[in-house]
Amino acid sequence: MMERVLLVVLAVIVVAQEGGQAPLRGASPLEDAASLVRQSQEAFHRAGTDLKARVKMTLLTKEGQQRLRDLMMLRKNEAGGNQRYFLYFHGPADVRGTVLMVYKYPNQEDDRWLFIPALNLVQRVAARDSRSSFVGSDFSYEDVSGRDVEADTHKVLRAEALESRQTVVIESVPTREADYAKKLSWIEQVTFLPLKEEYYDVQGALYKVFTADEIRDVQGLPTVTKRTMTNVKTGHKTEVVFENVAYNVGLGEDIFTERALRKPPEKWLR
Amino acid sequence: MRGVFLGVALLSAGVGIVPLRVQAEELLIHGFLQANYDMRVTGQHPPGPEGGDFLFGEERFQLRLDKSGEKGRLFIRTDFFHDAVANRPDLELREAYVDTSMGGSDVRVGRQLLIWGVGDYLFINDIFAKDWGAYFSGRPVEYLRVPQDALKLDLGTNKVSAEIVAMPFFQADKLPSRNRFLQFDPFPGVPRSTQEPALEFQNTELAARLYGTTWGFDTALYLYRGFFRMPALEANQMTAPTLITETFPRLVVYGASTRGNALGGVVSAEVGYYDSLQGQAGHNPAIPNSSFRYFVGYQQQPWEDFTVGLQYYGELMSHYDAYRATLPSGFPAQDRHRQLMTLRLTQLFWNQTLRLGIFAYYSPTDQDYYLIPEIRYSISDNLWMSVTGNIFGGRRTTTFFGQFDADDNLAITMRYEF
Repeated sequence: MMERVLLVVLAVIVVAQEGGQAPLRGASPLEDAASLVRQSQEAFHRAGTDLKARVKMTLLTKEGQQRLRDLMMLRKNEAGGNQRYFLYFHGPADVRGTVLMVYKYPNQEDDRWLFIPALNLVQRVAARDSRSSFVGSDFSYEDVSGRDVEADTHKVLRAEALESRQTVVIESVPTREADYAKKLSWIEQVTFLPLKEEYYDVQGALYKVFTADEIRDVQGLPTVTKRTMTNVKTGHKTEVVFENVAYNVGLGEDIFTERALRKPPEKWLR
Repeated sequence: MRGVFLGVALLSAGVGIVPLRVQAEELLIHGFLQANYDMRVTGQHPPGPEGGDFLFGEERFQLRLDKSGEKGRLFIRTDFFHDAVANRPDLELREAYVDTSMGGSDVRVGRQLLIWGVGDYLFINDIFAKDWGAYFSGRPVEYLRVPQDALKLDLGTNKVSAEIVAMPFFQADKLPSRNRFLQFDPFPGVPRSTQEPALEFQNTELAARLYGTTWGFDTALYLYRGFFRMPALEANQMTAPTLITETFPRLVVYGASTRGNALGGVVSAEVGYYDSLQGQAGHNPAIPNSSFRYFVGYQQQPWEDFTVGLQYYGELMSHYDAYRATLPSGFPAQDRHRQLMTLRLTQLFWNQTLRLGIFAYYSPTDQDYYLIPEIRYSISDNLWMSVTGNIFGGRRTTTFFGQFDADDNLAITMRYEF
């Protein structure tokens, strides 16, 4: 027991130092866990002022059947922790030209629009981030764009080396709607990127595992360029590759509008 | 394939945007091959050679050509198909337009699909042409839309935008064909002729939409000046008519809509005033009365991959007493306040590759209904198939949905996209 407490304290100190923040005097390990998760979110979902990346998702069934989702992701950070996403689908054929636009707000339901080119129709989509699969993949919307830090209580469990990378293991238990009952995250101490996540259901059984399979330096920002989400229960998994990642490309406000949904900005799509 | 490239070459030479070699590199060619058959399951038939058990049957090849250049974009969507019921090949130009930008505004000229409003298959400010026969026979939903030849101007800022559409060539709604659908006819056996608005500048339809998103709500104002797209029936004499003329009286629509996140889902609302310019007093039974139309809608996702949507629609007729007084005896009367509700349930399975859904209309005033159950499965990334039912019914066979009671049908569609 004593050893475990020491480990926790150690982990907190390590985290605080790496984050360049002095630990608050008397701050509980719980609060430090939350600030670590916040930093991880910043590094993973909010790096740069904006982002342009070609995202290729391969959905694989246990039997080996493959489906591809090929999209251009344009992301822009806004004031107050808000974010905007413009996701243009290049494939598969039956959704080519479809656009999903998301205005993401902290601690509030996102605004989500869908443009269907065959109908020239813009729809508003009702969907809960935590519970909806992103285009049929094993990733939920939250897995793609991040979950509110305040939506879970976080606890530092231990420091642990994962394939020679130093990580802090954090346990997150949801206080708001979630598709898991507990999540363990292995957050790298240098980059703050999550290297691995395990999702447990209400029975305490592991059902989903995330792994960051490749991390590259893009314009000085460590970026997960390959990742996998595996549904342990069904054997279905989704592999995601980020290609041609570029930060701070100068995405304008005009991209994240209904007008742009109906007439996607060519120069940003290829 | 060579033919296609030849066609494209001729096309590009005609438009003359860029040299042919560059064009061939940047031209995007996509489309699909589709088989679509629709069977009536009631065993009843309309008379005539097309009135069998098949309401619809065709094989369709769609070719989409998309070319973007620095100054503009060219887009063509052409369908080549074989109508298996009438046994004849045909061609349909679904879209053919050129886009260009001038300053802060965009211009689109040509044949295009236009959709406005926030309804889920309820239309108030969506005054563009529709093909109800396609909708009622289980064809893919994009065929509900009839393309229109138009000039569209888009302008505005990031906060507020406007669309202005001019449509010089009138396009009526396509109603279910009497050769294929059993339906109510107020003048049975009387010959009909159609009188569309003349091709004159003054008959150019104009539609405008001002829209923006404020506090998370997509809000829009609409204005339309044109014609009713559903024909009004004018008899040469009321007692024993020998000729019925389908006319399209003048119409102006003023409207507004909004939608946004609320109550744990998406809430939408739309209103419109249909001002029937030629029937303002309501005394002419051959011209529709003015009416106020509205709906409210709500959509929610109670659990993963399951969505439920509800809408309530109403139509309040102006000058109702005059309408009732001049309606010829024996004619079915519309209610003063016609109401309609819709329910949509959709559940996705197997990583969203299998979709089970139902969309239902029910009118408490007309006491009729229309149910559209659907199963759709993506066999692979390129290939999908669906089975769609269209079930009509009601207390009377003279109401909008009730008249198709004997046309219940089942459609099978299979499409390969490339």
